[in-house]
Amino acid sequence: MTVKELEKLAADKADLIKVRKIVREQAEELAKNTGYRKQVLVCGGTGCTSSHSQQVIEQLEASFKELGINDVLIVKTGCFGLCALGPIMIVYPEGAFYSQMTPEHAKTVAEKHLVKGGEVVKELLYGETVHDDGSIIPFAEIPFYKHQMRIALRNCGVIAAESIEEAIGAGDYAALAKVLTSMTPDGVINEIKAAGLRGRGGAGFPTGLKWQFTKDAVGDKKYVCCNADEGDPGAFMDRSILEGDPHTVLEAMTIAGYAIGAQEGYIYVRAEYPIAVERLKIAIAKAREKGLLGKNILGSNFSFDINLRLGAGAFVCGEETALIASIEGKRGEPKPKPPFPAQSGIFKKPTVINNVETWASVAPIILNGAEWFSSIGTEKSKGTKVFALGGKINNVGLVEVPMGTTLKTIVYDIGGGLPDGKQFKAAQTGGPSGGCIPATHLNVPMDFDNLTAIGSMMGSGGLIVMDENTCMVDIAKFYLEFTADESCGKCTACRIGTKRLLDILTKITEGKGEPEDLDKITELAEHMKSSSLCALGQSAPNPILSTMKHFSNEYIKHVYSKQCPAGVCKSLLSYQVNPDKCKGCTLCRRNCPVGAISGEVKSAHEIDTKKCIKCGQCIAHCKFGAIEIK
Amino acid sequence: MANNLFDGTREQMNKLLDCIEQHKSDPGALMPVMHEAQNIYGYLPSEVQTVIADKLNVPLAEVYGVATFYSQFSLQPKGKHQISVCLGTACYVKGSDKILEVLEKELKIKCGECTPDGKFSIDSCRCVGACGLAPVMIIDGEVYGKLTSGEVNGILEKYMKD
Repeated sequence: MTVKELEKLAADKADLIKVRKIVREQAEELAKNTGYRKQVLVCGGTGCTSSHSQQVIEQLEASFKELGINDVLIVKTGCFGLCALGPIMIVYPEGAFYSQMTPEHAKTVAEKHLVKGGEVVKELLYGETVHDDGSIIPFAEIPFYKHQMRIALRNCGVIAAESIEEAIGAGDYAALAKVLTSMTPDGVINEIKAAGLRGRGGAGFPTGLKWQFTKDAVGDKKYVCCNADEGDPGAFMDRSILEGDPHTVLEAMTIAGYAIGAQEGYIYVRAEYPIAVERLKIAIAKAREKGLLGKNILGSNFSFDINLRLGAGAFVCGEETALIASIEGKRGEPKPKPPFPAQSGIFKKPTVINNVETWASVAPIILNGAEWFSSIGTEKSKGTKVFALGGKINNVGLVEVPMGTTLKTIVYDIGGGLPDGKQFKAAQTGGPSGGCIPATHLNVPMDFDNLTAIGSMMGSGGLIVMDENTCMVDIAKFYLEFTADESCGKCTACRIGTKRLLDILTKITEGKGEPEDLDKITELAEHMKSSSLCALGQSAPNPILSTMKHFSNEYIKHVYSKQCPAGVCKSLLSYQVNPDKCKGCTLCRRNCPVGAISGEVKSAHEIDTKKCIKCGQCIAHCKFGAIEIK
Repeated sequence: MANNLFDGTREQMNKLLDCIEQHKSDPGALMPVMHEAQNIYGYLPSEVQTVIADKLNVPLAEVYGVATFYSQFSLQPKGKHQISVCLGTACYVKGSDKILEVLEKELKIKCGECTPDGKFSIDSCRCVGACGLAPVMIIDGEVYGKLTSGEVNGILEKYMKD
């Protein structure tokens, strides 16, 4: 297609998308132009699909047929972000937010709300969106969304994820058109530099500089690469962008191709993300069909195409040199740098590699200008950051906030605090390479430099909240198990270092720790940091060092008193029935998954400590508080 | 290398050869071919690795090296029902290790193994991205979320029957 045709398609679809973005009264007016009385958006991201959102869609289709509804559009979108409430369904123009939908609920909503003259089914709405007087609040105004600023996630949960027409209607490819018609390659790079965009994958390297280095490098061929090997367990923003707005990534890669002089790109995506892979395949095929990828893009003389490569379950492939090896079909082992990928990357050609979230920030910078982007955030960290909120928090999901937002705002205002009134103990950021942030730092503005200063790191943006029932030594051990397992084995410091650190931590959690173990950890950690080949080994000790720094008392208790204050480390505790409190109701016995509890009706029960796996099911079911952890 | 009796069909082999033919000239074709081979056979027995090495003209050692490096490639056949427990951070802090432990006790195999009758295999995975449903277990692609260790046996029973 030509630029003119692109602009026409965008204009044709614009109203349809706009209905989902503006306030109710205006949306109702606008809806009249679209040919659809209402639009029903159902989340088709991984979280909601896992809780059967596809069946909700099928039920809606069946009900529409039955009821003769033909002027309501069903849109299968990417992730809305509030995964804890899935499957999510939003009806426009009113912006009614239905949560935890089932096919039965969908039937009810179709019959009562979506038919002509229907009314919102208030009892199925997400509780926080209904006022006491019965009026409803559009979902964009609830606390979870109110404090957010969505740049990278701007189209996730807004457009039909598999439709290039809707993506174009929402503004995708407009930046590419601008670049190809009115900007020079240097102009593009300068804009990205001036915006102050830093890589969202973890290290925070200035994106514009990376592009500049790759452009300046000598090579007969150059590559653009998207790192979608989101390995940090608990981070899922990249997946969400690929599932919700894949075209923004294709567009940004094409822009980079124009800027650095590359004609080919690779997307390296985790095979564990089947929906994202599928959506990418569809997006690439449709973009080629429309002439937005391939030869002479938008009628210009610039050509660019993108290949998809699947990972195969190796965390280290998120490291750029390992990722390159994997794309080349080899074992994903990292290489020493320099040379950097900008000089010698894929097939030894100059390559620019950016993370998905970074790519998703490019088009808005081109369209709105560097000044707009750099006005958001803090002095050295510009723009917004997406965090994946998980663990012991009410609103599990994806949030995008300006850099510099405090952890407190994220956890309490957006995340809705911790469940069951538990106390906040720490948040882990940066995954296995990062560290924990204790409650004393709740007010620290979250940006690249502040997080590093307090011994954690931004990482890819996984943010796991932990409460008083989380043992920090156990968490450190969990991360070490991960890195020891994922260490590729190439360099000694990482291969043996992670194993030895894990051995020491295992010893401590089993109550066999000795005082000198704590010094050994510190010494070993320093060696690993200074002599490991890649970031995996260099950062592997971070979870231990930061928990030792902020929660030294827990380590001391484990080592000196052989106690686990949080009641997690199994070797240090045992489950017992208090015979005075036990009424012999048999509930614990019947709910024990391993058959460790015995006892007759109405007489005190007993736990066989050899069989017991300390899973806590008995405690959860006992109504008399008779089961005690010692 | 794998020590299982290999019983691939002619149809499977034709599929594999087609796939190799299709990717042969792509740079870095080895991984995509191995992904496809694992889809066809369910695992990568030595016989299949040998064919890939021959046809792509790479040393068998390299194919084996790649097969053992990545956790998704398996040298052993998987169970009829494949169980995967997420041990990502969000699931772990919500007790997915206990889910795994109940599974191991009930099926009397360890994580990474297959029951002797070939019915079940258990694996762990690192974050499927359904953190809102933590802790999560997946059986044959079906996701079971917000699990408690008490619910595991009931779910297994459904699969025991067939």
